[in-house]
This record gives sequence, structure tokens and C-alpha cells, in this order.
Amino acid sequence: MDSDALVRLMQEALPGVQLESAPSRDLQTTVFVQRDDLPAVMRALRDRPELRFSVLAELTAVDFWPREPRFEVIYLLISIEHRLRLRLKVRLAGNDASVATVSGIWPSANWLEREVWDLFGIVFDGHPDPRRLLMPEDWEGFPLRKDYPVQIRMKPQVSQPMQVSEEEFRANLEKDRLARK
Amino acid sequence: MGLEADIPVLTTSVEKMVQWARRSSIWPVTFGLACCAIEMMAMSCGRYDIARFGAEVFRGSPRQSDLMIVAGRLSRKMAPALRRIYDQMPEPKWVISMGACASIGGVFDNYALVQGVDQVVPVDVYVPGCPPRPESLIYGIVQLQRKIALQKLA
Repeated sequence: MDSDALVRLMQEALPGVQLESAPSRDLQTTVFVQRDDLPAVMRALRDRPELRFSVLAELTAVDFWPREPRFEVIYLLISIEHRLRLRLKVRLAGNDASVATVSGIWPSANWLEREVWDLFGIVFDGHPDPRRLLMPEDWEGFPLRKDYPVQIRMKPQVSQPMQVSEEEFRANLEKDRLARK
Repeated sequence: MGLEADIPVLTTSVEKMVQWARRSSIWPVTFGLACCAIEMMAMSCGRYDIARFGAEVFRGSPRQSDLMIVAGRLSRKMAPALRRIYDQMPEPKWVISMGACASIGGVFDNYALVQGVDQVVPVDVYVPGCPPRPESLIYGIVQLQRKIALQKLA
């Protein structure tokens, strides 16, 4: 199936949704969708029998600062059943960088979205576990943004905070002591 | 240290004895962070063979180790873990900072890496190179042995 046929198939499955086909140098089907349409588009891509994109291979983002809209979130999808690949993109403005999560549709999106949040600061609305993935939890700023000072000098953190409270720690010690008697 | 002519004994001081024992069996903790670790493994294998210097036993537990070879670049997120492993090692303990990244950050002048592990743990010997050849690291261990030989007891 060539690129145009796939886009036509998607448009038939999703009437009323604006799909903007874009040229790509590697001839892979590339489609821009509006941010608000994303959950409906993704669900249809996974569930419609003629599409069946069952694998989310990659989810990443690009920062085009200082251009506006600044971010593009990129989803790479694979349909094993129909041997199709699709590159789906969403444009996001710099002052409102948020998009709905797809971790309810593909569980593999969970960590990928955490990584994008960690490094680009793009908020995934409805994400079940929106913590940083790669950087330390108390890190400030988003390192892969183009306006981030990369050669930053900071004292390294050499200890981690206790994972239990002081009372729990003492109770554990006491329990351990009693068990040894 | 003197060899008595008639009876089969050596006389020495406790200090020299302890220094000799310490420097002749430096057991490193298994702690490879990046590509330098490959050279560290090569050093411990048959071709370079640090068993000749009594330092061949890489221990899986910091509780049994004397030496930490920081082999590779240290990311900020790894820094607390490195410090914790260092704190778990029993005294006396030593640290070798292996390679450019561990010593000063190397080519990675950015937010993600600690610019020199001496910000996290006290370093005894710096081994330059990117990565250092096994011979360089062996030379570093020999330098450390010299340093231990000069360490006074209390």
C-alpha cells in the first residue's frame, strides 16, 4: 500500500478529522493531526480492522525553537497485520505544550511519555505516572530544549533522601532487634 | 627488615608489615561505568594480568573491597549510588579515577555528567587517557601501592 492509499484509508475511517499528509525524505507515510483529535485518531488506528496499528514503536519529540509552533511530538506506529508503518506528528505551541496521553491505548507509551516530559517538558494530560525518567527527580529545567544551558555547572547530589519516614525506620530497627532475640 | 643469620626469622616493624600486607592484596570492587571498564577487564585478564601485583580479585560486594576503580563517566543520577558504594567499603579504602571522564568530565562538558568524581569521593590516583591502556592502569595501581607503602599507622 502506498502513502496516498493509507492516508485515504485513514480519512475514510475518520471522517471529519483533519489529516495533513506531509512529504518525507524516507518515503514513510507522514501525517500531521490536530492536537485535540489525537485520542480519537489513535484509538481508531489501533482498533479499526483495516488499520490495526497494534505497536507503538517509538514516541519522541523535536524542539524547533524559536519557530512557533515550537514542538512536534512524533509517534511511530506499526501494523503487523497489514505490514504498514506510519509516522504521526502533532504540533504543539511553546506556551501550551501539552497533549493527551496515549498510554491507555499502548502501554508502551508510559515510559516514552515520561522520557519526553523529562527532557522536553511536554505535559501528557492524563498520564498515570508523570515522573521524570532519566534526570534526578529534583532536577530543574528540561535539558533537550534548544534554549537550555547545556554546559551547566552544579554541585552533584551525593546522597538520596530516605525512602521511609523516621518513625518507620525506627520501627523497622526495633522489629529487627526483636527478631534477633 | 632484617634476615637473622642463625635462626629462620625476619624482624620488622608492625607498621611495615601492615603496609606490606595492604599493598600486596588490593582487591578492587567490580564497578565499571563505561568503556573504561573494558580496559579494566582486560587488565585483570591473562594478557596483562594484575594478579602479578596482587590486585586480581574483583569483588562483587563493596564490603570485601579495598579499592574502587571509577572506570568511566559518572552521570549525576549515578553519583548518589557511587557515594553509597564507597561508604559501604570498609576502611582502609582507596579510589582510582580512571580516564578523562572520571577525572575531569572528558569530552562530556554538559549537564548530565559530574565534572570529576573528586566532587563525590576522595581520589588517590588519577589515571589519564581515553580510555587508558591496561598498562596505564597497572601503572596507576603501582603508584597506589607506593602511596600505601608510605601511609603511617595512625
